[in-house]
Amino acid sequence: MAAEEVTLSSHIQHHLTNAKMCSTDAGLAFNKACADSGFWTWHVDTLAWSIGLGLIFLWIFRSAASKSTTGVPGKFQCFIEMIVEFVGDNVRDTYHGSSKLIAPLALTIFVWVFLMNLMDLIPVDFLPAFAGLVGETAFGMDSHDVYMKIVPTTDINLTAALAIGVFLLMIGYSIKIKGIGGFIKELTLHPFSSNNKLVQVILIPFNLLLETIALVAKPFSLALRLFGNLYAGELIFILIGAVGLMQLPLHFIWAVFHILVIVLQAFVFMMLTIVYLSMASSDNH
Amino acid sequence: MNLNATLIGELIAFTVFVLFCMKFVWPPLNGAIEARQKKIEDGLAASDKAEKELERVRLEAAEQLTEAKTQAADIIDQAKKRAALIVDEETTRGQQEREKIIAQGHSEVESERSRVTEDLRKQVATLAVVGAEKILEREINQAAHSDIVEKLVAEL
Repeated sequence: MAAEEVTLSSHIQHHLTNAKMCSTDAGLAFNKACADSGFWTWHVDTLAWSIGLGLIFLWIFRSAASKSTTGVPGKFQCFIEMIVEFVGDNVRDTYHGSSKLIAPLALTIFVWVFLMNLMDLIPVDFLPAFAGLVGETAFGMDSHDVYMKIVPTTDINLTAALAIGVFLLMIGYSIKIKGIGGFIKELTLHPFSSNNKLVQVILIPFNLLLETIALVAKPFSLALRLFGNLYAGELIFILIGAVGLMQLPLHFIWAVFHILVIVLQAFVFMMLTIVYLSMASSDNH
Repeated sequence: MNLNATLIGELIAFTVFVLFCMKFVWPPLNGAIEARQKKIEDGLAASDKAEKELERVRLEAAEQLTEAKTQAADIIDQAKKRAALIVDEETTRGQQEREKIIAQGHSEVESERSRVTEDLRKQVATLAVVGAEKILEREINQAAHSDIVEKLVAEL
């Protein structure tokens, strides 16, 4: 569309489009040139912001860890330890096995997702407009061709990646704790079971169907819950940003409400991860 | 939904972050927290123990003090009794000494007196004999009448 006819829907569309990168025969291509590049397209904004925020998380926590003392902690260490203990308590309450992975996994998910969600509170037009300005002045691009989506959790790729990571761990833990046979038994002999061998064999397909759906539903619900909540929140911020001066009180109210949402969604993702892994590592069905 | 290669990138990033967190972030932080908890726990236990010990020592000290007080009172009592006894003994001894000295004095005086009396008697006898001689110079023979004089002297 041409630059001068900016409609509301095009404005929203612009905000909801990721900056794309792909390699074509002519070398690296960006954005609209990648329209039909299929799977091998990279959302550079999602990647850059999420990895940047992840590095900030690791840098903050690593610096606290390297300066940590068993004596009287400073305020910064106290703050970091508060988060660590909060996550640790939740893990201890929910996950009863012994695993060195669950707690750091939960901490990473909680803080990383929180930081990515936090980007939602930056007024929607600031960074995209800044990116457009940079693109226009430095690279001579049309500012409408510069896309910048700063909340990585509104990109299904990121939430799906997290969910797939958790899903692989679930399967890994299931096999590690119960063995492959145990895992297959769990998938095929429940919830319907019978003492009669023949009936049991007949029931196997139904059980397999139900259990597979139950298993696959977990990563789907993880990915879509986080994505849906943040995408909807972002969309409402964009809509509010389009209503003129009235946006100020509306934006404030929605941002205040969103403070709750971003923490809650990070917490829910973390808790569900722990719960799913706890279920995967427990024998009793 | 436009799933694409970003998914793979994010999956790799996620894995790397979790591994880094597991290696370099969680263990030192959690270790520090647990070590501090242990420290505080130990400190509280030690302070509890010390408090109990203090209470025990305090009781013991009070007990010892009471005992010492009783002992001191006993010793003072004994000393008083002893002193009274000594005073009594000395008084009795003094009394006896006095009586002895007095008795000695008495007997000395008595013997002196009897000696003097004897002397006097002899002198009187002599005097009487002399007197009687003087009277009887002319009449009596001293030898004839000496039995009478002797009798007289014995009666004095």
